[in-house]
Amino acid sequence: MKKNFLAAIATSFILASPLSSHAEEPAEILNVSYDIARELYATINPQFIAHWKEKTGKDIKIKQSHAGSSKQARAIMQGLKADLVTFNQVLDVQILADRGGFVAKDWQKTLANNASPYFSLPAFLVRKDNPKAIKDWNDLIRDDVKLVFPNPKTSGNARYTYLAAYAYALETNNNDDAKAREFVGKLLNNVAVFDTGGRGATTSFVEREIGDVLITFEAEVENIRAKYGKDDYVRVVPSISLLAEFPVAVVEKVAKKRGSLDVSKAYLDYIYSQEGQEIVASFNNRVHHPQVKAKYADKFPDVRLIRVEDVFGGWQQAKDTHFKEGGTLDQVFTKK
Amino acid sequence: MTRQQTAPASQRPHPAIARLKRQRRNKQRGLIAIALLFAFFVMGLPVLAIFARAFQEGLGIYWANIIHPETLHAIGLTVLTALIVLPINLVFGICAAWAITRYTFPGRRALITIIELPFSISPIVAGLCYLLIYGATGLVGEWLDTYDIQLMFNLIGIILVSLFVTCPFVARELIPLMEIKGRDEEEAALTLGANGWQTFRYITLPNIKWALLYGTILANARVMGEFGAVSVVSGNIRGETMTLPLQVQLLYDDYNATGAFAAATVLTLIALLTLIARSVIESAHPHHH
Amino acid sequence: MKKAPRHILPGFGLTLGISLFFVSLIILLPLSGLFWQMGQLGLSDYWRILSSERTLAAFHITLSAAAMATLFNASFGLLLAWVLVRYNFRGKRILDALIDLPFALPTAVAGIALVALYDKNGWMGTLLAQADLKVAYTWWGIALAMTFTSVPFGVRTVQPVMESLDLDAEEAAQTLGAKDFQIFRTIVFPQLWPSFITGASLAFARSLGEFGAVIFIAGNMPFKTEIASLLIMIRLEEYDYPAASAIAGSLLLLALLVLILANFAQMRASRHLKKGA
Repeated sequence: MKKNFLAAIATSFILASPLSSHAEEPAEILNVSYDIARELYATINPQFIAHWKEKTGKDIKIKQSHAGSSKQARAIMQGLKADLVTFNQVLDVQILADRGGFVAKDWQKTLANNASPYFSLPAFLVRKDNPKAIKDWNDLIRDDVKLVFPNPKTSGNARYTYLAAYAYALETNNNDDAKAREFVGKLLNNVAVFDTGGRGATTSFVEREIGDVLITFEAEVENIRAKYGKDDYVRVVPSISLLAEFPVAVVEKVAKKRGSLDVSKAYLDYIYSQEGQEIVASFNNRVHHPQVKAKYADKFPDVRLIRVEDVFGGWQQAKDTHFKEGGTLDQVFTKK
Repeated sequence: MTRQQTAPASQRPHPAIARLKRQRRNKQRGLIAIALLFAFFVMGLPVLAIFARAFQEGLGIYWANIIHPETLHAIGLTVLTALIVLPINLVFGICAAWAITRYTFPGRRALITIIELPFSISPIVAGLCYLLIYGATGLVGEWLDTYDIQLMFNLIGIILVSLFVTCPFVARELIPLMEIKGRDEEEAALTLGANGWQTFRYITLPNIKWALLYGTILANARVMGEFGAVSVVSGNIRGETMTLPLQVQLLYDDYNATGAFAAATVLTLIALLTLIARSVIESAHPHHH
Repeated sequence: MKKAPRHILPGFGLTLGISLFFVSLIILLPLSGLFWQMGQLGLSDYWRILSSERTLAAFHITLSAAAMATLFNASFGLLLAWVLVRYNFRGKRILDALIDLPFALPTAVAGIALVALYDKNGWMGTLLAQADLKVAYTWWGIALAMTFTSVPFGVRTVQPVMESLDLDAEEAAQTLGAKDFQIFRTIVFPQLWPSFITGASLAFARSLGEFGAVIFIAGNMPFKTEIASLLIMIRLEEYDYPAASAIAGSLLLLALLVLILANFAQMRASRHLKKGA
């Protein structure tokens, strides 16, 4: 009797599992993405579904999962069956290549622009009429300015902010590392609230009215203005910022098994296509496609973008030097 | 309307006694007022705040947020999870209570402690533990993965962590009660020729049914409301593995605070219904805490 | 425990079997994962993680806020239990029912409700701002959230004991002219003491691990308002499972230690009580 009972439990578990079956021809794919891309992919998906139907005559359903991209990468390694990833952190895709071979070793070479169909940069959002006259990074370390951006330890968004500030400080101080540390130390001490994610920081800034400056992706800055009132908030693009790439990759290990390799690749290609780039740009991301770029040129002010590879020796090194436990970030954030 | 239950038998009041009584009554009123104030500020206000924020933009918008397909799906998934978890918990709770209160065996004390363990474990840590064991690279998960059995990031994962966080509830209610009732009645039934099942059905069950219901109601509230542990193992797939508490956070992060608070009112209502049900059971059968 | 004939009641194998199966699969096996990860750390690594300034600060904040919440809940729990057991008044049943709200309400919902209430536009926030007090995004916010989530422990553990108290001694003391507080301190409280300890330790253990409700209102500033559970999250973001497990394991052991100590104190107290009686 006990045996039967246990068997019944086990059977019900297996029957209830929606993902345990491995279909030959999947009718759906899962795009695992970062937390602030919901609206973007909610717009792209129906377009791609129509495009795919037209091209192959097949129906496809696209499911979305959104959370912090490190959490997502961990979930994939622990068994979340993603067909493709669209992240905002190069390292989070890289770890999928390094641990367990979920994506191809040379994933950055398989698609144009280091497999990043669009990009953005850390920019500032300030309150109506810019009362604190914020123009550039050096305004952010003033004593009378309070900042809001998420915790660089838990948010990829904030890691860009941290590195952009660091790069700015290096450049304005003749690459003096000590001065740059001092600069980011002051910057971090001006933070009013550390949320764990980018959207939490926005809520603190907009709904809770905390701080004078919100630092987040330029695309997000514009999305917030569109949502909460273009007149109530002002965008400030600093003189120098950091190139924030949004890498994409097919999770080959899963896609091969599920037979979704073709459609997953087609999906990523679609993001690179003119139609796809139009949608991406309409969400205030900067794109590479020449025509789309020209069309939206006046939307994006000129800014000098520094690459992580140029100043910090690549993401892996930036992580080891700055973000690892006991790294520069931990050192500058000392007890006051 | 305050009155002391423990007042000595009344007699014609002497002026001095009347004064003492008045003083006592004032003291009582003061204590009651403090208690009510505390309850209002710590617990009443947050509930009011949720409803105030949800209805801030009007009833129409509130309703539109509730009947949004993703919110409805989240409600459905949450109910489904509860429907699967609660019966399993019920069976486990009864079995554990029966074994613990009807027999002596080595490790009995340890078993009680282990059952209560989930109460003192942070839900995030609980979720993490599950990933470490049942995830694709976990000790058990890796082996299951070779048979294409996936336990995390789907309904099963949500059910498993929900079982973890709620497993003490039923057993905890039953154990003290069954210990007090003892096993004499059951043994008598057996000597009179009833079989095991009949004994349980006609002797034990009537004695414990209210405690059973009480434990189930508490467990239900916890299943439906669990956030931390579920968020670790859910995979956050929109319209598929989003339970109601996860949906609240998602809406909050989608710059839809009103929608988040609207979804939160559903959870709050479930919580309030739980409290009412508890209160009703309590007043019908006052002798178990 | 009296020795009982084992075979009279049937179902020992079945019920214990199911219980053990369930407990192993649902509780023990997952928990072993934590210690398995911790086992991958050397003792020196473990020590380094736990003794870093940041970790110590987080533990300090978590422990002190939990202590404050416990203090608050233990004293108000006593008061609430007293009022509920001894007095009759309008709204008593509502108050009684409301005590369990923090258990029934999802912690994340509690978190956003508290922050909506205490931020500078919230009802309480505006009120407190006039007195120049800030709760949201400070240590007090953490303590508040912990207080909210552990209210029932303080009340529900003391309440049944208070209900079962024998009133004769109190009345005798009263006739002998003892003051109310004197009666409470010398007669009532000693009897409540074991359950009081249990309630306080449960509240403390719960507060240590609380995440959902705290994270929204904490502000999460390192060294100021960063709780230990957040550090676990941070280590996870770094793909550092062993370090995350080390902090989580320590937190868990700390909670268990408190519960065990309380159990011990409670046993001693009730033995003492029995002897005295």
